[in-house]
Amino acid sequence: MTVALCPASTNDLAFSGTARLLPAVPASGHRQSPASTWQQHNARLGPVPLQVAPQLVDLVSAAGLLGRGGGGFPTGTKLAAVAANSSRRNPAVVVANCCEGDPTSSKDAVLLATSPHLVIDGALLAAATTGADRVILAVHKGSRTSADLSQALAARGPQSIEITVVGIPARFVASEATALVRYLNTGDARPAGRLSRIWESGVDGRPTLVDNAETLAQLALIARFGPAWFRQLGTESEPGTALVTVGGAVSRPGVVEVAVGTPLRIILTAAGWVPTGHAGPAWALIGGLAGRWIDLHRATEIGFSADELGLVGGTKGVSSIVVLPAGGCVLTETARILDYLAHSGARQCGPCMFGLPAIAADMASLADADRDALGRLRVRLPVIDKRGGCSHPDGAVALAASALRALTGPDAVHLDLHLRHGGCNSPAAIVPLGGHRTAGNRRENR
Amino acid sequence: MSPKANLLLRVDPLSCRAHGLCAEELPEAIRLDEWGYPMLPTGPLPVHLVRRAKAAANACPVLALRLASVGER
Amino acid sequence: MNTQILWYASRATGAVSLALFTGVMILGILTAGRKGSAFLPRAAVLRLHRTLSITSMAFLAVHIVTAIADGYVKLNYWDVILPFGASWDPLWVGLGSVAVDLMIAIGITSAVRRHLPSIVWKTVHFSAYAMWPVALLHGFGISGGDGTTTWMIILDIVCVTAVLMSLVVRLLPDRHPDSVVRKTAETSHPREEIGAGR
Repeated sequence: MTVALCPASTNDLAFSGTARLLPAVPASGHRQSPASTWQQHNARLGPVPLQVAPQLVDLVSAAGLLGRGGGGFPTGTKLAAVAANSSRRNPAVVVANCCEGDPTSSKDAVLLATSPHLVIDGALLAAATTGADRVILAVHKGSRTSADLSQALAARGPQSIEITVVGIPARFVASEATALVRYLNTGDARPAGRLSRIWESGVDGRPTLVDNAETLAQLALIARFGPAWFRQLGTESEPGTALVTVGGAVSRPGVVEVAVGTPLRIILTAAGWVPTGHAGPAWALIGGLAGRWIDLHRATEIGFSADELGLVGGTKGVSSIVVLPAGGCVLTETARILDYLAHSGARQCGPCMFGLPAIAADMASLADADRDALGRLRVRLPVIDKRGGCSHPDGAVALAASALRALTGPDAVHLDLHLRHGGCNSPAAIVPLGGHRTAGNRRENR
Repeated sequence: MSPKANLLLRVDPLSCRAHGLCAEELPEAIRLDEWGYPMLPTGPLPVHLVRRAKAAANACPVLALRLASVGER
Repeated sequence: MNTQILWYASRATGAVSLALFTGVMILGILTAGRKGSAFLPRAAVLRLHRTLSITSMAFLAVHIVTAIADGYVKLNYWDVILPFGASWDPLWVGLGSVAVDLMIAIGITSAVRRHLPSIVWKTVHFSAYAMWPVALLHGFGISGGDGTTTWMIILDIVCVTAVLMSLVVRLLPDRHPDSVVRKTAETSHPREEIGAGR
C-alpha cells in the first residue's frame, strides 16, 4: 500500500492511497479556488444527504466512529445524547471544532484547506440529526483556516440553517469543548470544568454538540456510503481512516490519511523517515504535546491506533508524530513543552496554577544537573494527576511521566550526561510550540 | 477493613481557593498538597468518618467540597 | 411577670446581643480574611462564627419578646419585622426591625446555602455590613433606653473599634498565592465581550 503525503503547507496537494477525506487530486502547486473546491466536492460526492438524518445516529454508531479530536469518544453516543436533549422549544447547537490548538498537529488545517465541504456537510448532517437550529464553525482568529472556511462557506451560497464562522482566541486551552462553549456564552475562553454537561446545556443553555472537524468529515462520508463501507478500513474497535501529522526530523513532513492500525513504519516511511542505524533509541513524540515518547527503533510494527499505542505506553492523542533528530534530547524537549503547557494553563485551579510550573521547573532543573529534581517529580506527578479542573494538567503529567520512563530506562545514559554536566550535545529542540519561548523571553504566538 | 458508606468526597477544582478548612476538620482523610489544595480519598468513606466529612464539606467557605453518592457524576 | 423585670431584661439582652453580634461580625471577617492561629485554627474560627450567630439570635429573641411582653410601650410582633410602623418610637424601633429582617435573610440563606446560586448567598450575607451598624444605631437612639448612658457608649465604641480594626486587616491586599495567580488570568486569558466574533 503506497501512502503519499499532504504536506502541511498545502501547496502541494498530493495523493492518498486511502483516499477518503483527502481525495486524490493532481499535484498542481496552486491552491484551488473556493469555487472549484465546491464544484469538485459536488462532482465527487453529490449534495449533502440530509435525508438520512433520522437514521444517522444508528449509522454512525454502527460504523463505530470515534472522535478524531483526541478524546476518542464514540461519536454516535454523543449525537444521541444531544439529540435526546434537543427539542423544538430547546433546539440543539452544533459546534465544529476547527481550531486545532496543538501546535504539533496540522491535520485539521490541511483537511479544511483541501476538503472543507466534507466538514461543513458533516456539521449540517449533525445539525439535522440533533434538531439543531444553528451551526458554528469555531476556528482560531486570523488563521489561514479561518479564511479557508469563510471562503468555502461563501462558495456554498445561502443555507437553510444559520451557519457561521466564529473566531476563537488562539490559545491552547481555548479549543477544549467546554472552553468553546464558555467562550461563546461569556467571552471567557477557558474550560468550564469536568461536570459541565454541554450536551444538556451548552451554548445559550441549549444542548450542544462539539465535534472535531475530521470527525464531522468522517461522519459526512458515513452518511453517504454507510457503516459497512466505513469499516472496510481500520480495526474492529477503531474503524475507518485517520489523518496523521508527521513532523520533526523527516524529509517529507506533512499530513497523511491512513487506515487506523497502519504500522508506524509505513507512516514514517511516507514522511521520509529513515532509521538512523545507531544503537540508541530514536525518539518520537506521538499524540501531541500531551502525548508520549516512543522509541521508533522498537515500535515500527506498532499500529497507529489507540489500542496498540496504548499497549506500549503510548497514546494516539491528536494524531501527530514529531520525530526527534538522531541523538535528540527528550529531557530538553520535555522541559520546553512543560513550560509551554504551564504557561497555557487557564489559571483557575490549583494543580494547574502551581503544579504545572513546579514540574516544568523540575524538568528544567533535571536537565541542569539537579539530582533531587527526579525525586521531586516522582512525588509531584501523582499529586497533580487528575486533580485539575480539566484534563490539561493530566496531559502534562502523562508527558512528564513518559519522559521519566525514557530517561531512567532506554535513555539512562543520556540522563547521566545531564546529571554530570548539566547539559548535552544534542541538536536544538524541534517540537513546535507555536512561537512560545521559554525562560527569559516569553511570548505566546498562536 | 472498616465498613464503607455510600458516600464519597468530591471537590470542584475551579472553585477551590485553598482555604484548607476541610483538612482541619477531617485530617484522617483529607491532606493538603504542598500548595494548599486538598487531596481527597478516591473511594467511599468509612462509615465512622461520614459525620466529620459532612462537617468538612460545610466548613468550606466557598462550598467547593461536597459529599456525593457513589456512582453520582 | 413584673413589667420592670421584663423591661430591664429587654435592655440587658439588647446590649448583650450587640456585643455578641459584634463578635459574629469579627469572626466572619477573620474567616474571609483567611485568619487563624494555633490556638484557634481557621475551621474553629468558622465554627465559632456560626455557633455564636445562633447564640446571638437567641439573646435577640429574648430582647424582642421581653420588649413586647412588658406592655409598658405598645409594640406588637408585626413591628418586629415591618419597620417604621410602630406606635411608639417608630424610627428607632424601625431600625431594629430592619436589622431583624436582614438577620432573618442572612440566617435563612446560610441554612439553605447549597441550594442557592453563590451570588445570592454572597450578596445577602454581605448585607451583614448594613445589619450590624443599623442594629447599633437602634440601640443608640431608642427612647427610654440606655443609648446615651456612659456604659452603653463605651460598649458602642469598643464594638465599633473592634470591627473597624478587623476591617483594616481585611482590606489589606490579598497576597495569598491562589488569589495572586488567579488574577493573572486577566492578562493571559482576557475575557472578551459576550458574543464577540459571533
